[in-house]
Amino acid sequence: MQMVKGGYMSGIFGSSPVSPLQKHMSKVYACASELIPLFNAVINEDWDDVVKHQQQISAMEQEADVLKKELRLNLPKGLFMPVSRQDLLEVLLMQDKIANKAKDVAGTIVGRHMVLPDVIHEDYIRFVTRCVTACKQARKAINEFDELVETGFSGKEIRIVAEMITKLDDIESDTDNLQAAIRRKIFAIEKELPAIEVVFLYKIIELTGDIADRAQAVGSRLQLMLAR
Amino acid sequence: MDQMTIYLILAGVFGLFMAWGIGANDVANAMATSVGSGALKIKQAVILAAIFEFSGAYLAGGEVTATIRKGIVEADAFHADPNLLIWGMLASLLAAGTWLAIASRKGWPVSTTHSIVGAVVGFAAVGVGVDAVSWGKVGTIVMSWVISPLLAGTFAFMIFKSIQTLILNKQHPVASAIKYGPIYLFMVGFLIAMVTIKKGLKHVGLNVDTDHAFLYAIALGVLVALLGSFLIRRVKTDPKADKHFHYANVERIFAILMVFTASAMAFAHGSNDVANAVGPMAAVISTAQTGLIASKSALPSWVLLVGGIGIVIGLATFGYKVIATVGKSITELTPSRGFAAEIAAAGTVVLASFTGIPISTTHTLVGAVLGVGFARGIGAIDMRVVGNIFMSWIVTLPAGGLLAILFFYVLKGIFG
Repeated sequence: MQMVKGGYMSGIFGSSPVSPLQKHMSKVYACASELIPLFNAVINEDWDDVVKHQQQISAMEQEADVLKKELRLNLPKGLFMPVSRQDLLEVLLMQDKIANKAKDVAGTIVGRHMVLPDVIHEDYIRFVTRCVTACKQARKAINEFDELVETGFSGKEIRIVAEMITKLDDIESDTDNLQAAIRRKIFAIEKELPAIEVVFLYKIIELTGDIADRAQAVGSRLQLMLAR
Repeated sequence: MDQMTIYLILAGVFGLFMAWGIGANDVANAMATSVGSGALKIKQAVILAAIFEFSGAYLAGGEVTATIRKGIVEADAFHADPNLLIWGMLASLLAAGTWLAIASRKGWPVSTTHSIVGAVVGFAAVGVGVDAVSWGKVGTIVMSWVISPLLAGTFAFMIFKSIQTLILNKQHPVASAIKYGPIYLFMVGFLIAMVTIKKGLKHVGLNVDTDHAFLYAIALGVLVALLGSFLIRRVKTDPKADKHFHYANVERIFAILMVFTASAMAFAHGSNDVANAVGPMAAVISTAQTGLIASKSALPSWVLLVGGIGIVIGLATFGYKVIATVGKSITELTPSRGFAAEIAAAGTVVLASFTGIPISTTHTLVGAVLGVGFARGIGAIDMRVVGNIFMSWIVTLPAGGLLAILFFYVLKGIFG
């Protein structure tokens, strides 16, 4: 005569971490994708618009933080999951770093009132768009998480996700190439620019590239889960 | 009113109350998932559960009832004073009922089976004498409590793995589910038919030899498979539903298949747990009527009928609510998981009923769900329930025993 409360069957299921993880990734992606309009505004030197996007990024980064904390708190001990707790928390951490990097980029741009040299305008938009695409691809892979649980991490679903991760790697190496091209262009003109400007230009490029790196890291942590 | 009539009335009332409690059990969860997934309406679920709990109790409950009634205690120890057995069994019913009421109020998950076995062992060992307990049998029962969840878990793991290979990982999971689903239903139908025919039809007045039993069981299995096949072909698949979650349509098929396994689960539950109520009751009745410990006397079939009716009343009054509440809250046990877990659990419990071993249906089902979890099939499982199961072993057994000893001496004082 077990009543509902405290019954074995109602007590056996913990709250699944899958959908909170996906929600977090979606928020992170939305946060990072604000960088495209932000850089467009930088190029147009529309400072009100830049600040507006920077604030949006910062707000979304905070929302992602809240989601991250919620997920961590709802992952009590004694839970047995189809993926290890550690892998899951690492994926979460990598996702969160994407938002952090986006916030850093936006913050540095606004804080230093940065202007991009004309020669890299086009390249930079392509670069940042590719980095955001990497996040989108990572989100796509994370969105397959419930299908992975449904199939019990086996069969064709594993292949589908593995292919997504391979594509994510390709996108990331694209961003590396784009980054190198931009660096070359800046190197060619760096003597004409104020030294501090140049330092921060390189810094921004690096931070933007980090976004794609983190997206790739999300993919490789996911790959670890598949490999178990 | 003479003493024997009082005993009979008390036994009937206590037994009916226990049966009511069993009907109100949260194993009604089996049906709850079908309600939650929209495959059944609550009313349909309660009616199905009632039909199968009753059939399980009436047709396949005899063996376990015999064990509780005369298997745990040594009949010889009571020849001197059959009254001891009457008081003891009444005390056991009271003790188990009281303990379940306390535990339920506190929200502790306890098992009816463990309460009643603890109670019977308790009164016999302390109230009568250590020799009054048939320890070999008790040992077997206790062993089976460890083995049954493990067995169900292993079955569930294998069944879920086979569902993965045959259905979920296929290019067209829906087509595969329609193709292979009925095969699982055949196994379920065959197993239950076999147990019923071998153990249940005798006291309904039919005798079937083994060869025929086998044929009938196959026929019934095929019938169940065909019915299932017909029903799942009628499921409307919606390509749009698969866009967001690729397996939405397969789960719709499993939701229908799961109605069958949930019914099997209800049957299994009825067949094993009815004994907790009517086993002691039957012991009181036969002893009071004959004045002897008739270890060979057959079980009056109306006793199982009373148990079945009590369970149905429990379902209708309280199980109803359990199904409604739990159906909303358990969304984690998706139909394909529930299907695998319930086949495994129902199979294990029915086998235990067949061999006359009282086991906990809920523990078995938990074992089965864990088995699916180990196949990486469930988002998150709270392993603390395993701790709860151990608690049931180390707390409920002594609690049932102590209360039974207490009530035994009280009854002895009143009637002795």
